[in-house]
Amino acid sequence: MSWYARVANVFRSRRLAQQLDDELGFHVAECIDDLVAGGVPESEARREALRRFGNYTIQKERTRDMSMAGWLDAALGDLRYGLRQLRLNPGFAAVAVLSLMLGIGANTAIFQLIDAIRLRSLPAKDPWQLAAVDAAPDFFVQGWYSARNRAFTYAQYERLRAHQQAFSAMLAFGNTRFNLSRGGDARYAEGLYVSSNFLRVLGVTPVLGRDFLPERDERDCSSAGAVLSYSFWQRELAGNPAAIGRMIYLDGRNFPILGVAPADFFGLEPGNRFDVAVPLCADSLLATDEKGRRLFRTDAWWLTLIGRLKPGWSVERASNHLRDLSPAVWRETLPESYRPDAAKQYLKNKLRVIAASAGVSSLRRAYENPLWILLAMTGLVLLTACANLANLLLARASAREREIAVRQAIGASRPRLIGQLLAESLLLAGIGGILGAVLAHFLSRILVSFLSGANEQIHLELGIDWRMFAFTALLALLTCLLFGLAPALRATRAAPAAAMRGGRGATTTRERNGLRRALVISQVAFSLILLVAALLFGRSLRNLLATDTGIGARDVIVAMVDARLPKLEPERRKALFKDLEDRIGSHPGVSAVAAVELPPFSGYGWNGLVHPEGDRSAASGKQSWFNRVSPGYFRTMETPLLAGREFDLRDDKKAPRVAIVNEAFAKSFFNAHNPVGRTFRVESVAGKADSIYQIVGLVRNTKYNELREEFRPIAFFPVDQNEEVPENFNLVIRARGLLSGAISGVRDNLSQLDPALLVEFRVLSVQIRQSVVRERLMASLSGGFGLLAGLLSTLGLYGVMSYMVVRRRNEIGVRIALGASGQSVIGLVLKEAVRLLFVGLALGLAVSFALSRYAESLLFGLKANDALTIAAAAALVAGTALLAGLVPARRAARLDPAVALRDE
Amino acid sequence: MDKRNDILQGTLTLLVLRALEARGPLHGYALCGHIQSVSSDLLRVEEGSLYPALHRMEQEGWLASTWRLTEKGRRAKFYEITPRGRSQLAAEKESWARLTRGVARVLRYC
Repeated sequence: MSWYARVANVFRSRRLAQQLDDELGFHVAECIDDLVAGGVPESEARREALRRFGNYTIQKERTRDMSMAGWLDAALGDLRYGLRQLRLNPGFAAVAVLSLMLGIGANTAIFQLIDAIRLRSLPAKDPWQLAAVDAAPDFFVQGWYSARNRAFTYAQYERLRAHQQAFSAMLAFGNTRFNLSRGGDARYAEGLYVSSNFLRVLGVTPVLGRDFLPERDERDCSSAGAVLSYSFWQRELAGNPAAIGRMIYLDGRNFPILGVAPADFFGLEPGNRFDVAVPLCADSLLATDEKGRRLFRTDAWWLTLIGRLKPGWSVERASNHLRDLSPAVWRETLPESYRPDAAKQYLKNKLRVIAASAGVSSLRRAYENPLWILLAMTGLVLLTACANLANLLLARASAREREIAVRQAIGASRPRLIGQLLAESLLLAGIGGILGAVLAHFLSRILVSFLSGANEQIHLELGIDWRMFAFTALLALLTCLLFGLAPALRATRAAPAAAMRGGRGATTTRERNGLRRALVISQVAFSLILLVAALLFGRSLRNLLATDTGIGARDVIVAMVDARLPKLEPERRKALFKDLEDRIGSHPGVSAVAAVELPPFSGYGWNGLVHPEGDRSAASGKQSWFNRVSPGYFRTMETPLLAGREFDLRDDKKAPRVAIVNEAFAKSFFNAHNPVGRTFRVESVAGKADSIYQIVGLVRNTKYNELREEFRPIAFFPVDQNEEVPENFNLVIRARGLLSGAISGVRDNLSQLDPALLVEFRVLSVQIRQSVVRERLMASLSGGFGLLAGLLSTLGLYGVMSYMVVRRRNEIGVRIALGASGQSVIGLVLKEAVRLLFVGLALGLAVSFALSRYAESLLFGLKANDALTIAAAAALVAGTALLAGLVPARRAARLDPAVALRDE
Repeated sequence: MDKRNDILQGTLTLLVLRALEARGPLHGYALCGHIQSVSSDLLRVEEGSLYPALHRMEQEGWLASTWRLTEKGRRAKFYEITPRGRSQLAAEKESWARLTRGVARVLRYC
């Protein structure tokens, strides 16, 4: 038996006590027997035996102590005592547990998100060896960029693989969406194009079926198969093992199912789980023409590169290695379409390597900083809650002052008393922590669904891992110490004699109230900081939502038609699109319709360099953004035409090339003069002549992809003058009446025209709202936190002021008896509140100023040190605080002096 | 108030271990009697020290205990020396010998 036996004995103390009684009882009984045998009378013998034995209870206690872990026994006793205390004060317990639950829950939820997107390792073998190829600053990219993460061309991957020494193996992947449906509404699966070594390099083995064969990635792969994710297999194929070898229909082509990945393998991007993975070569299979084969295009940036570091290679060493390799790789992969100046910039590019043990994630780029800021804010909320609890505990401790003094006087040691007081705090923190963890479980899921849009689902693994557990436990322990330790130390410090005398010991009172004041001051400061943040983020969101997009987004639907499946000739396709546009336009639920190549706020972009003609003074060779639209687009989008005309049926393939530009374009290239009638040139790829356009119209500025962006120069070209007929056709539709009416109208027309046409709908206003989801998140969460902290600190101030009024009852009673007016009593009490308030506000302001620059990049339309915001926050805090002080002050003013003085 | 020093502090362990080594399993009361009679009534074990000591030694793993019936039909806790107890006994004997030698020399030469 050793320490664990002693610990175990604590938990079976009743049995232990019984055995002890048996053992000691046996001793006494034997002793009696002997005495009786020796001639002592029976009644005498018993007394004598017990006398010889000594103090039975002490013997028992001392013997018992030998078999038990004393500290644990004491701790359990303390916890039981604490529990009893809490049961006696259910109101206090409820407030404490609730505020701790909210505080710890919010912290844990935010931490869970950070954990999921930043800290947790990939579900791969030895994830710490994984590293991603990244671009050094000022990286030049031109061409066809289609990736969520830092991407490279296949040629670069291939050359890099041949030259590098740092990695034992390198893999490449690109993300895509595969349509699963055969017509009508498109249904998408998250797809990955992967190099054939993908799973092997990651050390992931399929749970069912097999991996891709180790083959050359650019081979002809008409027999390519697909590996499914576990969740997709469960969802779409009901987890049927017979699915292996069956076909899956992706983007109009059947792929045999090769295998199923393990359940925990979501891919390499936290936030985006994959459904289906196909080999890189499948990109060529699915491309409809030569131009779409990204594997063979040296200007198609689509592959994210991950390597497994060789033993002994650090990320830094690999980074230096790849930087040195860069020139050779660029020389061998220079895209032929680049003009000399582009080529020069391309050759200057430098590579580097970053750790990828936690994967690569676009979600992380967008949300890592906001989440850390939110974590800091929830931390402040928790601190405010702790300050509040500390205050409540202080008040309780002073109520128990005498009891504690008595205990000390009869010999209780101070550490033991502190332990007992802390046990109660530990209980509160423990219960708060457990409930907080439960709350976090739901909160983090709500947050994820908040971030997920209608078209982009975010999938994060939010399971409970040791990091989250440690975080929550640490938080609970820390809060316990924060709010419990100071009151416990204070409560046991009072000299027993002074406390028992029952008077109001002047020195101790001042000291204790000093601590309470400090707590209130910090609460005021915390809530000011949080309120400033809440107002900053709230106003940013309002500014964003109030920005002029140049578009009347209400009632506008974007219908994205995919015409790849019917396999039509371009001319036939063009006629079909025209027909579709006309039919939709005549639907009663539609008031206007137009075609557009890149719907606004879709995330797609197209840009190039523009040279205005015939004007040497104007800027030349600057960047502009482009789009193609059909006649009636600006009318449909309610974008005002400022000069010239809209496109019309005259602007067809045979007519001269024309363009409509926006104000920013005119400002940028024509010194804000009316550009109608002027011409400009757009730089083309190497070996092709530049195109020249004549401007026929000027429109109001519109946002291109984001609410945050400055107005960009945009030139619109007629859809009809496009030399190719794309396979996708996007319509903007202004609905009359219900959106659903217009949507079903489009659906009907589509299926009548060709049942194999695919369509996806987006509501433009929703799309725009979705583009500010991060700002919305910051605004609503910080608003909530600000409110919570404000509430807590108001309660805190109220508590302290009420307590002080009670303490000063006699003094106030005397003043009233001597003729002080109610007003002057209110002033007396409020003066105290105002003093605390001002110190708190000053501190809060200083900290706000120091911290606000971290939020600068998340703000829109105002500076982090925006005076109005700070003033408003301060006024709000001051207002509520004064209100909180006014209630006890008025109570003091109404005090009946006779009653107050009778106490003395 | 406290009469624990009938037996020199620290020697109780030695006596108990030695008694159990010599006599095999014994209960607390018998142990008291045994030590008293073997020492010709020179040593008297205080119950107040014996039971805490027995329990401590059991925790240390020097003793093992079982509940058995005595001849009189009473349930008693019998203690028995363990192998670890034997090596402890050897160590205690050694240190006792050193102590007595030292004390004897001091008495002789000072």
